[in-house]
Amino acid sequence: MGTLASVLEASGIATVALSLIRQQVETTRPPRALHCEFPLGRPLGRPEDPAFQRSVLDAALALLDEPEGPVLVDFPEEITDDSDAPLVCTIPPADSGDLHPAEAEARGLLPAWKRSADAYGRSTVGKVVAAEEVPGLVGLFARIADGEGWQEVGLPGDPTKAAADVRNFYEEAALSLTEVVPGARQAETWFVDHTTAGDVIQRTRVAMKEQGAGFYFWYYLLPATQHHDPEDG
Amino acid sequence: MGDDRIRSELADLAGYAFDEVPWTSPRPLSESRVAIVTTAGLRVGGQPDWNPGDQSFTVLPGDRKDLVLSHYSPNFDRTGWVVDPNVVLPIDRLDEMAAEGVIGSVADAHISFMGAQIDHTLETIRLDTGPAAARALLDDGVDVVLLTPV
Repeated sequence: MGTLASVLEASGIATVALSLIRQQVETTRPPRALHCEFPLGRPLGRPEDPAFQRSVLDAALALLDEPEGPVLVDFPEEITDDSDAPLVCTIPPADSGDLHPAEAEARGLLPAWKRSADAYGRSTVGKVVAAEEVPGLVGLFARIADGEGWQEVGLPGDPTKAAADVRNFYEEAALSLTEVVPGARQAETWFVDHTTAGDVIQRTRVAMKEQGAGFYFWYYLLPATQHHDPEDG
Repeated sequence: MGDDRIRSELADLAGYAFDEVPWTSPRPLSESRVAIVTTAGLRVGGQPDWNPGDQSFTVLPGDRKDLVLSHYSPNFDRTGWVVDPNVVLPIDRLDEMAAEGVIGSVADAHISFMGAQIDHTLETIRLDTGPAAARALLDDGVDVVLLTPV
């Protein structure tokens, strides 16, 4: 992003970059940068907090008063992610019948996902499948996790994008199962560590790695910080 | 915490810096037209998902409410975006600042690239798509750009 800022600046546009990873801005040296030690994915700091977002913008645009650069200033307040404090959600009981428990779990979460989609008017599900197809997709991942070849179960697209649809579906469903807006990564850790589908994607990742899938395909199935390998204990 | 680990793993990542940092002296902020350029990998609804390595950009008309965060990396939080897009793309905040007269106006359109690029020299962005994005912004009369990452 620092490089892009310099390209725009060289074209005659004054730029101010928000920064989330300080070393990258130190390396790429954009003309003006406000480093915000905020959660990755939340450069303005806090969702649904207009006053806080405004304070970030005020601090950033104030850098336009600097007579020369490069300028790198730290925003005085820090916000950490909450990956070590997973959400506590009650998952609706599902009638599994003949379904894999993870597929049944995902079916049970569909109403919660719909409530979130209606409430917020947007979704990050749909890279490969629509939300209604996520339960079936979870069933396919369960077959890989349980030993079938990852190229043989009929995944409908790039496994990393399919896994993102599953994770995003769960995280968005969780928004309707809690009272407050979650901190960053709270829904992520809930999905990975406290849902059957999260366990399925984790085991799929390990299985694909063992089956010799390309690095990209197994590595990006889950956030790098959520990889739990059997040898880790 | 997750972000601490990602930050430390990315600390030594290679990056491209120009030999000389460019500098444009801005007009007074209260007279400036402001646009957002994000590297969040946003798309307008109906467009294809973003793929790794793509150094192109998407124009985001300011009145479109059907923006989709379609960045390929799983390594950052998305729930903030779902709840409140202003945490990534603060168009509502800029509109408020324009109404107050703090900034001159808000651009008609904003722009998204996608970060976490595999080619750290960003050759296509430097030589092709970056200057093209600048032209689009200048055609809209933009004076100031706020860049937001994820």
